[in-house]
This record gives sequence, C-alpha cells and structure tokens, in this order.
Amino acid sequence: MERKIRVLVAKPGLDGHDRGAKVIARSLRDAGMEVIYTGLRQTPEQIVNAAIQEDVDVIALSILSGAHNHLFPRVVELLKERGVDDILVFGGGVIPEEDIPFLKSKGIAEIFGPGTPTSKTIEFIRANLKRPLDR
Amino acid sequence: MNELVGSCIKGDMRAIARLITLLENQDREAYAALYRLKDHEGVAQVVGITGPPGAGKSTIVDKLISQFRARGRKVGVLAVDPTSPFSGGAILGDRLRMQSHATDAGVFIRSLATRGSLGGISKATHAAIKVLDAAGYDIILVETVGVGQSEIDIVRVADTVVLISVPGLGDDIQVIKAGIMEIGDIFVVNKADRDGADRLVRELRAMLETQAQLSRGQAPSGGPDTLAARDPNFMHHAGLVEGSNISAKEASTSIGRDSSTPIYFGSEQIPIPPVLKTIAATGVGVAELSEAIIQHFELLKKTGELDKKRLESIKYQLGQFIFDEVSQMLNSPPVSELRNKLAEQVFFRKLDVYSAGMALFHKIQLKETKGAAHESPQD
Repeated sequence: MERKIRVLVAKPGLDGHDRGAKVIARSLRDAGMEVIYTGLRQTPEQIVNAAIQEDVDVIALSILSGAHNHLFPRVVELLKERGVDDILVFGGGVIPEEDIPFLKSKGIAEIFGPGTPTSKTIEFIRANLKRPLDR
Repeated sequence: MNELVGSCIKGDMRAIARLITLLENQDREAYAALYRLKDHEGVAQVVGITGPPGAGKSTIVDKLISQFRARGRKVGVLAVDPTSPFSGGAILGDRLRMQSHATDAGVFIRSLATRGSLGGISKATHAAIKVLDAAGYDIILVETVGVGQSEIDIVRVADTVVLISVPGLGDDIQVIKAGIMEIGDIFVVNKADRDGADRLVRELRAMLETQAQLSRGQAPSGGPDTLAARDPNFMHHAGLVEGSNISAKEASTSIGRDSSTPIYFGSEQIPIPPVLKTIAATGVGVAELSEAIIQHFELLKKTGELDKKRLESIKYQLGQFIFDEVSQMLNSPPVSELRNKLAEQVFFRKLDVYSAGMALFHKIQLKETKGAAHESPQD
C-alpha cells in the first residue's frame, strides 16, 4: 500500500504574507498529502526541528521578503548538520530568476515562482522524493 | 529495527519520529518492536485535550507546554487533525500554534492525521504514546480533532481528559447530552471573557453535581446538602458570579486561588471534576489548569484508579487490533473475492444476506487458523 507523503510548508523569515503558502498547502492536501504548516516567521532552526519531528518527505519554503539567499541554504545546512539527507527541499515566492542557480547549488531542488500551476509542484514532488513510497 | 528502538529509548528525536511513522504506516515489524519498549513505558501521564473545533485546544496546549516545562518536565505532544474523506490528504494545523517550542530539546511535537478513524484520534495514537513514554517524556498531551458530541476514543488512551468548552455553543440541555460531556476529568471554559461564560460554568457545575449525587445514591437537590452550602468558598472557586459576563480582569481574579486549596470538591472517593475558566490567548487560568492536571494524576495513583484505567485501555486496544486484522482480511483476496461472489448470490436472491454473512465470517475464521502464526513477542 502506498504510504502518505508528508510535507512541511514553512515560512522562514519575517514576511507576513502566507496566502501562497496556504494555497500550496491546500492543493497538496487535495492531492492526498499530509501537510504540516508551520505558521509565519520561522527560523531555520524551528523549521528543521519541525521537519525532523514530523518525519517529512518534503520541505516547501515560501518567502516573499527577499532573504531567501541566506535562509534557504541555512535550512539545507542545518539538515546536513543533523545528519538528515532524505528530505526534498524546494522553495517558492518572490525569488528573482538570477538567484535560482545559486540556490540550486546550495541544495534547493527547485524554485517555483508565482503563477506556477500547483499540478506542476505536485508532479515534481512525486518524481523527486528521496524515500520510496513503499516504505 | 533494534537499533531504531534503542535510539528511541535514548531519546533520539529522529528515531522517535521514524518509529512513529512506521507505526502510522502499520509496519508489522514496528508494532512487534513495541514490546521492547515495555520496560521504559507506563511512566508518563497521558493527558487528552478535547473539545469542539475552535475551542482553543492548540492554544491551551501551547500554554500548558510552557507550564510543564517550567516545572522541569519533558513534554510530548500528539496533535491530531482530520484526514479528508475525499482526497485522503490532510492539513495538520495544530503545530503552528506551538512552534515557539520547536527548538526546545525537552519538547517533542508530532502531528497525526486521523487517516479514516472516526473517534477523534488516529489508530496509531496509542502506539505513538508508548514511544514518547519510553523515550522519557513525562507528560504526553494528546490533542484530538475538533470533536462533535460522540468522538470519545480519547478516553481509551488518556489518564486525564480535559474537555474544553467555549460559551455560546448551547444551552443547559446541550450540557447534559451523552458523549463527550461524560468523559471529562477536568472541564475548562475557555474564552472566559466572552458573554455566557459564567452561565456555562454554572450549568457544568450543576450537571456534574447532579451526576455525583446520583452516583452516590442521593436524590439531587438544591437544598442544604449541596456543595454551595458546605463550602463557603465554592462560589469563589468555581468563578460563579451573579449577573452576566464579567470582565477579563474579574475573570482572572476569580480564577486565581491560593495554591494550597484543593481543587477537588466532594468526597475523596468520588471527586467532582473541577470546572476552570481560562483565557488561553493571554494565558489566564492556565497555571491552575496545569496544577489540576497534576493533581488528577496523583489522585488516580493514590486511589488505584490509574491501574484500572490502564487495564481498560489495554482491553480496548486488543479489541481494536481484532477489528483492524479482520478489516484487512476482508479487503484482501481470497476473502474479498468470496465477498463479491456472495454479494452477487444475495443480489440474485439465491441466498439471504445473513447466511452470506456467516459464510464470509467462517471463511475469515478458517483463514486465521490456517494462516502463518505471528511472531511471538518473546525473543
């Protein structure tokens, strides 16, 4: 039996706009996933601890404040420090295209800009899970 | 698996989380491994936090975590939210109200989806409790989904059930209906600064007092034998104030009490559950709630009730195990195939539904005795 995919939708940093995060959360729920939403203004430490306790397959980072170049890699770094290498991390929000190669080099699997159809995100998750679905 | 269990007992967060996931996914090896936790569990107080949607359960849990941490206790939290019956997915949105504790090494918060269970918690909840207990958490708070009137499974796994109500959801008849109103060990009226809070407290008190008198074989009365007459501080303790709503300041002073005053009224043998007022958003009344929770556990231990409850809980778990096993058998061949065949026979009126049911049941019984024996727990 296929197990449930668990996703942490997290809002690092200080921006207070979470409509996008909630839309993603909702669409992932409708795709049969279990979505844990952290709420606003999370530090990378809070996000990583939550990801570990919730044993998620995916961390979806949403940011609109411009601090992504610092905060996103920091999340990946902390995961490494804790010996976690099987969580898929991607991001979305207001992120300029020219920052995407840097973020990818730091372990962010993909960046989905505003207007990305939610189906694309769902397909991406299914195709890039680091842990098999039968376990 | 051995390594995983060993790490859990040592308190490794990743191991705890992984084991809970395996249990949620009904991994047989993981369930069998629970036996290895037996020397480390049975210590923690399991507290159920239940009530209707929007009552403030998560906010109260968040504040309770702080209270128990201040007393040096390690806190485990299981927060349950409903799985969509349409998509099979879920939004687990309790954790976000407790995220201030996310980096505290003495707190473990796990969100669980009901995955089809209809009683307010999930199938794996009792197993997850064992894991947190064995991992060294002193108090395990289990927050149910927002319940209606009949989701009472929490009473099967918790030592102490805290029922959170809010004013404005109903009248005195609502309060005496069966179901969740019967399972509270501690009653809380949250959002106590709202209209109707005092009335709700009065109604709950009256309901609980009547219940106690009935169970003692006394005729319920409002006469000199009532608590109000015996205990001059009764009105004060229950926060009962004549008149309509009181201000938040008044609510906080009437909730506060000298910590040496026992919270339980009535005789020691049949304590009447206390009714407390809180304003969780600002923390008012939560210290008293945490005290009541601790006192309840002491009382259970002192009276021997704790052992009785836990024995009942185990009986319930055994029953659930049977239901789950039969359900799995029903949905896999050859039993499922037989079910389809029998259904057709009934449809074409070749067989009555009762005989068909019995035939199916016998097939399940036969399958069980012929099937491979499960691993014995002793190894």
